[in-house]
Amino acid sequence: MRITLTVNGARHDVDDVWEGESLLYALRERMGLPGSKNACEQGECGSCTVYLDGLPVCSCLVAAGQAQGREVTTVEGLADGERLHPVQQAFVECGAVQCGFCTPGLIVSTHDLLEHNARPSDPEIREALAGNLCRCTGYEKILDAVRTAARTLSAEQP
Amino acid sequence: MDFLAPTTWADALAAKAEHPDALPVAGGTDVMVEINFDHARPPALLDLTRLPVLREWARDGGRIRLGAGVTYARVIDELGATLPGLAMASRTVGSPQIRNRGTVGGNLGSASPAGDSHPALLAADTTVEVASVRGVRLLPIGEFFTGVKRSALAPDELIAAVLITPPSGPQQYCKIGTRNAMVIAVSAFGFALHPDRRGVGTGIGSAAPTPRRAPAAEEFLAGELEAAGLWDSRGALPDGLAREFGHRVRDAASPIDDVRGTAAYRLASLSVMARRAATWAWDAHRSAACGPSDEDPPVRMHP
Repeated sequence: MRITLTVNGARHDVDDVWEGESLLYALRERMGLPGSKNACEQGECGSCTVYLDGLPVCSCLVAAGQAQGREVTTVEGLADGERLHPVQQAFVECGAVQCGFCTPGLIVSTHDLLEHNARPSDPEIREALAGNLCRCTGYEKILDAVRTAARTLSAEQP
Repeated sequence: MDFLAPTTWADALAAKAEHPDALPVAGGTDVMVEINFDHARPPALLDLTRLPVLREWARDGGRIRLGAGVTYARVIDELGATLPGLAMASRTVGSPQIRNRGTVGGNLGSASPAGDSHPALLAADTTVEVASVRGVRLLPIGEFFTGVKRSALAPDELIAAVLITPPSGPQQYCKIGTRNAMVIAVSAFGFALHPDRRGVGTGIGSAAPTPRRAPAAEEFLAGELEAAGLWDSRGALPDGLAREFGHRVRDAASPIDDVRGTAAYRLASLSVMARRAATWAWDAHRSAACGPSDEDPPVRMHP
């Protein structure tokens, strides 16, 4: 089937979508957007997290057909051209990346957290990122990056 | 595979009547796992996310009519004070991403013995509203679950809503798992005090082939509270009463050993959860200064 949706502000017409396939598969294999990662395929790991109509969701659990007419923002849509989003920049600066597989999902989840809570406490960060697993266990650096991004964004928007 | 995406409730019921084998999908948090892992290949998916009516909730007489497509995140944000037991259960579901998609109706549709919302729905005497082209049926929640991942839903029926009476007393929800997030319950327990009718509600999760109540435990605790005049006096629970209630809840379960835990652990944890839930709820009931307010709690409608 064909689906039409908006991804990172651009309209996509996607053909030959299998009715049972996930939005994640369509993004990666049919739209050339491999930033969202495919790991557990059961919503456990969060590495496929994208915004669907403004809410962070596991794209592996969204049927591609359910995204018909919807707006999707992936990790590729957060940067402003070559200029990284402050959340992305913070992950770079803090070394919050080891193998990098969980990073796109963590960045989307962190982006959403800081949209709603400019200065989250550590327990709030842990709660917000509870659906994103890092199996390199680089969580300390990830928490550093979230705190750093929160400071940067707060300084930008006093 | 077909992909059916009705945009009206009438069209959805017609589609289900025409394609009784179609698998309804809302948040996809169960259904898509089945498909991703090749465990399910239904002839059709019936997408329920284009039906605005399923995403609404409203006061209906004295009850809240919660559309089957309302997500856990919205139950928490919009109904946390009105349906505290269900909101507590919703907070234990998955992760933020899962709570943004998963729905109470979907939880019922999957009818897993481990469904997080089920013990809370059982304790609150929920009614399930199901519909088909043949009409609407109202099922007491206790009659909805018929076996492991089986329900009383007919092949042509869809879950429209659940009807829940806002509580007249405190509610509690407990869940055992290996971490706070992203766990299927090892065991779970929902509890409700119903001071208006001097009753007690219970719901057991992950410890029987279906979610189930513990009727003998409910009658025991309500009767003991009555006999001691505690419904009126709001006095302290007698020594050992909550513990005995816990034992009777445990005795209502029939768990199995599986990868998440042993039957013995499930029984022991249920006994503890039931004791704690009853104690916490009764303490909250005692400290509610002037009894339940006559005023309706404020209702917030979603935008």
